[in-house]
Amino acid sequence: MEYFNLFIKSVFVDNMIFAYFLGMCSYLAVSKTVKTSAGLGLAVTFVLVVTVPVNYLINKYLLSPGALAWISPRFATVDLSFLTYILFIAIIAAIVQILEMIIETFTPSLYSALGIFLPLIAVNCAILGCSLFMQERAFSNVGEAAVFGLGSGIGWLLAIVAIAAIREKLRYSKIPKALQGVGISFIITGLMGIAFMAFMGIKL
Amino acid sequence: MSNLKKLVIEPLRKTNPVTVLVLGICSCLAVTAQLKPALVMGASVTIVTALSNLIISLLRKGIPSRIRIIVQLVVVATLVIMIDQFLKAFAYEVSKQLSVYVGLIITNCIIMGRLEAFALSHGPGESFLDGLGNGFGYSLILIIVAFFRELLGSGTLLGYQVIPQSFYEAGYQNNGLIILPPMALIVVGIIIWIQRTRNPEMQENNQN
Repeated sequence: MEYFNLFIKSVFVDNMIFAYFLGMCSYLAVSKTVKTSAGLGLAVTFVLVVTVPVNYLINKYLLSPGALAWISPRFATVDLSFLTYILFIAIIAAIVQILEMIIETFTPSLYSALGIFLPLIAVNCAILGCSLFMQERAFSNVGEAAVFGLGSGIGWLLAIVAIAAIREKLRYSKIPKALQGVGISFIITGLMGIAFMAFMGIKL
Repeated sequence: MSNLKKLVIEPLRKTNPVTVLVLGICSCLAVTAQLKPALVMGASVTIVTALSNLIISLLRKGIPSRIRIIVQLVVVATLVIMIDQFLKAFAYEVSKQLSVYVGLIITNCIIMGRLEAFALSHGPGESFLDGLGNGFGYSLILIIVAFFRELLGSGTLLGYQVIPQSFYEAGYQNNGLIILPPMALIVVGIIIWIQRTRNPEMQENNQN
């Protein structure tokens, strides 16, 4: 039940786009058609589900203060937390590269759907942001971290597919010239964000 | 000389990284509820953009193009760690407010974008100025958004009361809505609207 609660919360209440603005750049750049945005959303979800638990383990057994005590008691006072950023981003870049190779070898059809988006994802702020939030919230086990990653990914997928659907319809509407394209996308995202705030405070 | 000057001035208006190129939105919106974190964030991003542009430009002949993304990430991450440690030591309150967004400077697309588009093909001096200019362009938008959000949302600027007490006594109320995250998007949308009305050549044609 706790997992379910965490999942719902990370999809709707703490939505990566509407509450934290993470991954905005690709969200605005790739949301022109529903099909490509669904592909990117799936790729982001996929990478989040893998990277967040891995970074959780790295954080727990290497980075947090006193984490090295499992090697020998002499290391109990070591604090490596200043290495967080560089290690997390290296792990993410490596995992994205490995995933790309695995997908290419075993499921070429999935590769042709996700392939072009995978290299983009290493520098998507939603991925690094999710790992950093995971570190800040101090989850108690690796399962929670995985559920958090999955929920955030699904929330991101939901947001990008929704804006892509709206933008497809927008093509036929009359928008002031200066507002076309980026301007109106910003304002629509803002309105969607206000709508999503209705989920705030939900507890299961 | 005018060419070098252009590198710093252009990104403030014509090629603004936020409103024209739509880069680096993520961190731009989250830190703008008040002016002070926005100023600190703008300064941090400017420093990182300028220095990483300089370093990558110095290294550009030695980096094999296949692994350039990793090299760039390492350089940027190192700079961001230094900024983060500095903020934790000298401005702890602000560093708490900015929370994960300091770390997210690493994946800020402005920095990667400038490294890819400019630093890899230009000399160190030009690259440094280009980074500086783009950092200023980013800070400018951050400051405008934060100015309006703090003024209308809390009636203060940098923590000082700006709207006089007599206004409140006459029935004026702070607009609580503008503090909420989604309003930042709408404020940026309006800035883009105004900017493109004044510069019609920036308008997009109806391709969405």
